[in-house]
Amino acid sequence: MLQPFRVCIGFPENRDPLFGPMLWPELDRPAVTAGLLPLPTEIPMSAHPEGETPRGLSRRPVELVTAAILIGLAFVVLWDSYGRGAGWDNGPQNGFFPARVGWLFLAASLFILVQSFRTENSVFVTFEQLGQVSRVLGPLVLFVALIQPLGLYVAASIFILVFMAVVATSRWWSIVLTAILVPIVCFWIFEQQFRVPLPKGPLEAMLGY
Amino acid sequence: MKQHWLAAGAALAAVTTPALAWEPTKAIEIVVPFSAGGASDQMARTMQGIIQKNNLTSQPIIVVNKPAAGGAEGMLDIQKAAGDPHKLITTSSGIFMTPMATKLPLNWTEYTPIAMMAQDSFVLWVNAKAPYQTAGDFMTAAKAASPPLKIGGTSSKREDNLIVFGMEKAGGVKFAYIPHTSGGQASTQLSGNHIDASTNNPAEDVANWRGGATRPICVFSEQKMTYSTPVADGKSWADIPTCASQGLNVTYQMLRGMFMPGKVTKEQQAFYVNLFKKVSETPEWKDYLARSALVPDYRDGEAFVTFLKADEEKHAKLMGEAGFTAK
Amino acid sequence: MEDLSSLIAGFQVALSWHNVGFMVIGVVLGIIVGVLPGLGGPNGVAILLPLTFGMDPTSAIILLSSIYWGALFGGAITSILFNIPGEAWSVATTFDGYPMAVQGKAAEALTAAFTASFIGALSGVILITFVAPLVASFALRFGPAEFFAVFLLTFCSFIGMGRENRAKILASLCIGFLLAAVGLDSISGDLRMTFGSTELMRGFDFLIVVIGLFGVSEILLTVEEGLVFKGKQATIDLKVVLRTWAGLPRYWATLVRSSLVGMWMGVTPGGAIAASFMGYGLAKRFSRRGANFGKGEIEGVLAPETAAHAAGTSALLPMLALGIPGSATAAVLLGGLLVWGLQPGPMLFVEQKDFVWGLIASMYLGNLAGLIIVLATVPLFAAIMRIPFSFVAPVILIVCAIGAYTISNSIFDIWLMLIFGIIGYVFKKLDYPLAPLVLALVLGDRAEDAFRQALLGSGGSLGVFFANGLVTTLVALAMILLFWGPVSDLIGAARRRSGRAGKAAEAAE
Repeated sequence: MLQPFRVCIGFPENRDPLFGPMLWPELDRPAVTAGLLPLPTEIPMSAHPEGETPRGLSRRPVELVTAAILIGLAFVVLWDSYGRGAGWDNGPQNGFFPARVGWLFLAASLFILVQSFRTENSVFVTFEQLGQVSRVLGPLVLFVALIQPLGLYVAASIFILVFMAVVATSRWWSIVLTAILVPIVCFWIFEQQFRVPLPKGPLEAMLGY
Repeated sequence: MKQHWLAAGAALAAVTTPALAWEPTKAIEIVVPFSAGGASDQMARTMQGIIQKNNLTSQPIIVVNKPAAGGAEGMLDIQKAAGDPHKLITTSSGIFMTPMATKLPLNWTEYTPIAMMAQDSFVLWVNAKAPYQTAGDFMTAAKAASPPLKIGGTSSKREDNLIVFGMEKAGGVKFAYIPHTSGGQASTQLSGNHIDASTNNPAEDVANWRGGATRPICVFSEQKMTYSTPVADGKSWADIPTCASQGLNVTYQMLRGMFMPGKVTKEQQAFYVNLFKKVSETPEWKDYLARSALVPDYRDGEAFVTFLKADEEKHAKLMGEAGFTAK
Repeated sequence: MEDLSSLIAGFQVALSWHNVGFMVIGVVLGIIVGVLPGLGGPNGVAILLPLTFGMDPTSAIILLSSIYWGALFGGAITSILFNIPGEAWSVATTFDGYPMAVQGKAAEALTAAFTASFIGALSGVILITFVAPLVASFALRFGPAEFFAVFLLTFCSFIGMGRENRAKILASLCIGFLLAAVGLDSISGDLRMTFGSTELMRGFDFLIVVIGLFGVSEILLTVEEGLVFKGKQATIDLKVVLRTWAGLPRYWATLVRSSLVGMWMGVTPGGAIAASFMGYGLAKRFSRRGANFGKGEIEGVLAPETAAHAAGTSALLPMLALGIPGSATAAVLLGGLLVWGLQPGPMLFVEQKDFVWGLIASMYLGNLAGLIIVLATVPLFAAIMRIPFSFVAPVILIVCAIGAYTISNSIFDIWLMLIFGIIGYVFKKLDYPLAPLVLALVLGDRAEDAFRQALLGSGGSLGVFFANGLVTTLVALAMILLFWGPVSDLIGAARRRSGRAGKAAEAAE
């Protein structure tokens, strides 16, 4: 099997990007993976010829910031646990375990911090990849933010519209149809069949739910 | 305002035409601030069954468990739902004790009381093979024991813990109180002889009593229970003596009732008062009471509020004495 | 002998026309609630419970327990296809199931998972059938010290063998323990690490963390490499099922081991979650293919699924025999029993023989019906992988959000899910292992509670962990497993050093 070029360094095994035929069922699959047919521009992977290092966020600062956050959390835990009593009073007090775990956690995080200076630096995420991730994360954050004011169903509809528009691989009518049908099916299953109340907004109130 | 509640309920039953009365327009949610399978959960699910079987409402009933943080999760949920007439909560004494023990901003006066359905007794249980026959035997053994005898119950700083504290005070002894996540767990631990006694409600231990694994010693109530149908070994609930009669002067009972969120209309409240009054009169409910050995004590309106006020005061005092109140 | 004839009578009850019908309805409904995060066995059971009041208790319990079987089967589907475990015990299934799906072996993974579930459940039912009273009394020997020892054993069998950076394993484990500690401490009755927030008071629910860490983060990782699903088109037909089955006898040792672990953990109240992790951990350690675990090894799907279902089924035993529910669904079933006036407990087997044996017979038949139905749906579910990413991804994310919300009806939890999604993305890229975090989150507070209950009882003496044969054996086993990893690694490394030279030469050719 032909392995597509791997952009991402420091990735666990089996993260090979495998281009299935999902997006273009009409295309011949081997032809796509073999690079015989041009891929749409959303797929950045094959853009880099072998040997060229893609620009991106390097790994070391990310390691450092993560370790620093963990160290900070460890201190918060220790402060809280000792505040409530982390000793031994006829058996462990309620801060005993968190405090011991907190010390271990602190030690591990400090070790990771030191370690991250010594490991070889590499690309954590290329800017292109970051762009891709934010194209999913952006609409997702919007979705969650809209649940409170608009209710889950309307927010879901907007989410699907925005997401599919950003991804831009589908025809407009299929986007609209998905955006309308998915919330309705969800409503039917959760609200009407299983009677699981989900957050509802002004639209549902207008319809009397 | 409170004095109108009873009047409103009575008026609803007698005068108002159905067209004027409030009716639920969507599914009614009963929040159980304990985990599935516990005594509160069983009560909620029994009521759900009764209401649906007898078609007492036009809308379905859903039971939702919100057990986190000792029931505070469910109580906060109801607090947040002020004005929502499709939510109910089952309560126990936890409605006073959780805020006292955790300092959470919760207060039952911000809810709308519907009705008290029953009171639950507490019984001192021991392993069937244990040598103790009376509360006196048990307390004498406790005085001599080192390390102290282990008494299991549900959660910390709650009903069971208060009773054990009361026993320590009354007998001048020390116990190791071991909190469990449910009464069922405490009962199993008792039948496995990992603890020396438990202070479970009758329903929580009845299975093991009938199975010959545990045995009741005495009931922490002022009067004996009234159910005289034999349960196990030819003994009935009514045969269990009160602890006070055996020299252990500790009495404690717990309310089991229904509340709804604050800021609801009187018509909405009246609907539920009426609903649960009907529930309390069904034969299925009476069966349930007998099976769980609950003390039948239906109260609504002013009678319920008076009871709540007195009970809260009692709990504030007990919790304070035991040092369970959060600083 | 008398039991056997009761069982045959039970089969006669369960095999009546309408009862088989209820079984099929129950299983299908169970699969649906099992697949949708946010709904689970308890939802399905709770919704149908009121409908069953009019039925006779045996039919009712057959309908309801079939939902339970269906939900158990259904939980594996999302774990394998989308890396989203619907239930805590499906987490270990994602470790190898999802990589298999990525490699285009979704159908094999699903077949393996379903078959393993069936084998596990079957061993659990056989246990219930033949040794119910004996085993029930054994469960009573477990006090807090023994509980703690069982959890310790689970931790020890699972950790200490990761090939990841040791400091990161430790950090991840600590995060799990600390997340588990947030909220109300059930022993002291005080709130911990909530910093005055009422949202934190609930603690971190396992499902929210897992949906974020596994599901959402996986979608973020996927889009990094283009807005398509990872996963090759899989050929799906009956042949795949048969081929997978033909390969199963090779893994008999894993199947037997996991069944035993599961039955043990189900009866001792360690539960299905601990069983799945332990089954996976032991298989990874003792299998010849252990090094491939985590990369899409079929054995890594078989091991946790068999163990989880053996445990899930055996857990019904304490419920029936002792009246303690082993899981939330079992608890709701228990409520159902009470509504019908049946009192679970030691007397149930004596007083309600027909009912108990009808239920046991329905466990055999319900699982068989479940297996057939889920296998028939394998092509359907595997076909989901062919739907374009831009359609499926938003739907998955919406369903994840619904799942996170329904746990405690809180929008805050959806934000938490999102945050854990980002944490999971960063952690996976920085090679922090997530499995220890999840394990500690699920079992950490229970282990701590058991430890403290034991010490409350012993007056603070640690001797309670060596007080009797049972607990001493468990603790000793845990220690052996903990040190087995490093020691056997050393031996293996020494042995491999000589072997590798030859292999390298071979590969070079």
